[in-house]
Amino acid sequence: MKPAPFDYARPASLDEAARLLAEAGGGASVIAGGQTLMPLLNLRMSQPFLLVDLGAIPELRAVERHTGGIRVGAMAVQNELLGHPLVRSDLPLLARALGHVGHHQTRSRGTIGGSIAFAEPAAECPAVALALDARVQLHSVRGMRQVAMADFLHGPYATACAFDEIVTALVFPDPPAGERVEVFFEVARRPGDFALTGLAGELHLDGGTIVAARLAWFAMGHTALRAREAEAALVGAALDEIEPEAIAALALAGTAPFDDKAASAAYRETVARRMFARTLRETCAGRAMA
Amino acid sequence: MSEHAISFTLNGHLHEGRAEARTSLADHLRQAAGHCGVHLGCEHGACGACTVMVDGKAVRACLMLAVQAQGCAVRTVEGLAASDGTLHRVQQVLREEHALQCGFCTPGIAMTLAALVEGETRPDAQALEQAIGGHLCRCTGYQGLRRAAHRLAGDAP
Repeated sequence: MKPAPFDYARPASLDEAARLLAEAGGGASVIAGGQTLMPLLNLRMSQPFLLVDLGAIPELRAVERHTGGIRVGAMAVQNELLGHPLVRSDLPLLARALGHVGHHQTRSRGTIGGSIAFAEPAAECPAVALALDARVQLHSVRGMRQVAMADFLHGPYATACAFDEIVTALVFPDPPAGERVEVFFEVARRPGDFALTGLAGELHLDGGTIVAARLAWFAMGHTALRAREAEAALVGAALDEIEPEAIAALALAGTAPFDDKAASAAYRETVARRMFARTLRETCAGRAMA
Repeated sequence: MSEHAISFTLNGHLHEGRAEARTSLADHLRQAAGHCGVHLGCEHGACGACTVMVDGKAVRACLMLAVQAQGCAVRTVEGLAASDGTLHRVQQVLREEHALQCGFCTPGIAMTLAALVEGETRPDAQALEQAIGGHLCRCTGYQGLRRAAHRLAGDAP
């Protein structure tokens, strides 16, 4: 199997990369880790005439704390983020989700920016970024701009990133006050397969009361989706009085599960409902006892 | 279509060549460098047969361009055993646990395991088992591989 012919450029600066994209007028693809793009090229589902490799721009790999949050460079490699001290301490939900992204061997090269930019509806990273109210930094010859993750995802594989823009970083704002608890599950036939359904989020607690809830589905619609109605119902509730089934029904309200060869929409919805209720019950019970 | 001069370390030796931009590292290793231990199964990242080490990490050689290996240290299954033929610990354990049959998937699995047991953090059996999950074996099955993973976790330095 061979990709259709293309040229390859490996610019040493972001400005040079942006200039190449602008000049290509939409015929170029950015390659980050390539773990999704390379299969598409090999299968000739994607046929750019130029690949712009971001691998020689070191500042895109930085993971750092700055005022108001943590900035994760788009080219930060998934396996490195999994073991990164700042991610483990301050973005535990991301660390948890990354363990489900592809396989060990694809996480060796796969990047968080690539995962966000590709916007696969069943992918974990966009859901984590959406749940944690991350902002996407985009760079082009026109300058830099930031887009909230909620406005970034437009549809399956469609985002606010214009053809001449490069995703350069994700900025995760500091979490709401209160002790936080991760809420995460993913259902897949085998580890590494695409999710059939999944949820990523956090609850923020003050004593035994939920003061903030941020939950996002993946593989339950055209993009990752926030479970806003369930979040609203959880805020103000005491851990020991939550009714998981009722919250699960609210959480499914905005979803649009789809049929594909891996699962029917009805199957996804049934499993999502039960897994949501079970995960919420176990999360609350575990915390109420602690 | 651009063509590029590339040079990288291949199993400890300098490799220099040319590659079309679209040539995968797997194709380049097989066709230009003659390292046919790099097996190609699915060519889109699902099967794991083409796994090699790049700068010490296990990666899919079908999901990387040859030109992207510029300046890297690449290791294939041909570079696992010592020059006198002594098998690498991973190869020896795979052999003793009957963790291969036809051998098509074996080079990739050996490179994944070798990357982990030679890595900075000592992997436990669970980590090795999960990493093997990135490979498909269609004849001998996975029980021998699981035994090998458990032994390697104990053996790891």
